[in-house]
Amino acid sequence: MNVDGIREMFQNGKSVEELVHSIFDKIEHSKLNAFVTLAKESALEEARRVDKHGAKGMLGGIPIGIKDSISTKGIQTTCCSKILEGYIPPYDAHVIERLKAEGAIIIGKTNMDEFAMGTSTETSCFGPTRNPWDLIRVPGGSSGGSAAAVAGGEVPLALGSDTGGSVRCPASFCGVVGLKPTYGLVSRYGLVAYANSLEQIGPFAGNVKDVALLLDVISGYDPRDSTSVTKKCEYLKELREDVSDVKIGVPGEFFGEGIDEKVEKAVWGGIKALEDRGASYTEISLPHTKYSLAAYYIIAMSEASSNLARFDGLRYGLRLGKDKDWHTTFSEIKAQGFGEEVKRRILLGTYALSAGYYGKYYLKALKVRTLIKRDFESALKDTNVLITPTMPFPAFKIGEKIGEPLALYLADVNTVPINLAGVPSISVPCGFAGKLPIGMQIIGRHFDEATILRTAYAFERGMK
Amino acid sequence: MITKKTVDHLGWLARIKLTEEDKEKFTDQLNSILDYFEKLDEVDADVPPTHHVLGLTNVFRDDVAGQSISQEDALGNAPKKERGYFKGPRIV
Repeated sequence: MNVDGIREMFQNGKSVEELVHSIFDKIEHSKLNAFVTLAKESALEEARRVDKHGAKGMLGGIPIGIKDSISTKGIQTTCCSKILEGYIPPYDAHVIERLKAEGAIIIGKTNMDEFAMGTSTETSCFGPTRNPWDLIRVPGGSSGGSAAAVAGGEVPLALGSDTGGSVRCPASFCGVVGLKPTYGLVSRYGLVAYANSLEQIGPFAGNVKDVALLLDVISGYDPRDSTSVTKKCEYLKELREDVSDVKIGVPGEFFGEGIDEKVEKAVWGGIKALEDRGASYTEISLPHTKYSLAAYYIIAMSEASSNLARFDGLRYGLRLGKDKDWHTTFSEIKAQGFGEEVKRRILLGTYALSAGYYGKYYLKALKVRTLIKRDFESALKDTNVLITPTMPFPAFKIGEKIGEPLALYLADVNTVPINLAGVPSISVPCGFAGKLPIGMQIIGRHFDEATILRTAYAFERGMK
Repeated sequence: MITKKTVDHLGWLARIKLTEEDKEKFTDQLNSILDYFEKLDEVDADVPPTHHVLGLTNVFRDDVAGQSISQEDALGNAPKKERGYFKGPRIV
């Protein structure tokens, strides 16, 4: 299912209402558990409105799934946490306003790791999402529901959020395209914060062209996010197959220990395919890469411990029966409302920020972040893009890694450096290990989404 | 090395009530993760910290009243409210 195909269906007389009905029918019979809340009534109402007045806007009548961490007015938004069960946002996130303005139809909210803290979508209070390519495997995370919904043909487009790989990892595991924009390109207004110095909302689709289209819709300046910037490009218009001017850097550190052989081979195959189409490549080094995971987790957990303090059951969310004293009331709400991984990260973040340890952990991580960012800036001076495997291995089995938090953190080794540096990155399918898809990560300069999209597009066209 | 007592204190700071079982488990897990974080001690990072990547500073706007959500909407999700206010636990 892709946007051009749907437009063709509309031209051939299919109504938006029929399409939306068939989508809900498919989701209701799906084994994937990709959607956690459906917006049936409002979606059908909007579909009928489009049928009556014609499909207007860049996404007129096109259905989309939204990660449950993005606020949708009138539609339950929980971050797949018990602590937000029943929360109905009174306002739309900036990206949702943009989607509605362009005529998109919001089908519902997609499954995710609780508060986006995970790599497998197994920590959701709604239960895990299944990988459409092999139902006993994880779809990746944390935006696993969005990726699985697109890969499973339930919706053509979806939005996720990416703090340390949460768009690119599931895109890789589910064989779809997912992009993490440059920090600041897409407004975070209405995105429930996990680690706000790292995260961006990003698009998922079945192909590069649809990702470019969705990025066109959601990007741009919004005064309600103080880190938002004005975009300077129209991504779909810039898309072309020519990569003859593209200089690829291949950082050896991203092909290191723990990378599955089939993954390494498929990604090198991708680099060679781009070379055949006129691009050139050189092997380069990003020397501080090995410190990325530690720096990332310290920063993300520290920010999380501050951000998640707001879930106290006062203004919204879980509240237990009879109030006790101030401290006990809040401590019991958090104990019951948060899952284990969320508690673990809050405790570690609290430790990293506490008196006596701030310099050793948090401040040190921020300094290492500077070194990592400089590595990328320097590598991207002589190259336009960097190419790496998105994930070190294909999708693992549900239950396989969830018992060992540190082992699961290490899976993010190739995605977290990108968030620390704030650069944009896209994951495109580049082959298979058996029946499981492999993703290739294409990283670009700050605000140069156009070049990574173009490189991904040329590669995708070459695969067909 | 952090001890069970430290984990207990962290729970207090973070306002998360922990069971004895939680404390045992988190002590082990937090120690193994903190061990991994020790890796950063190897780096000689004599550089300024990066709080966020764009280097934007002091984004101001004019101090004028804009649109905001209504009191009714703001209270719409409140589990406990009274006379147009959020109701918290008793303090004194």
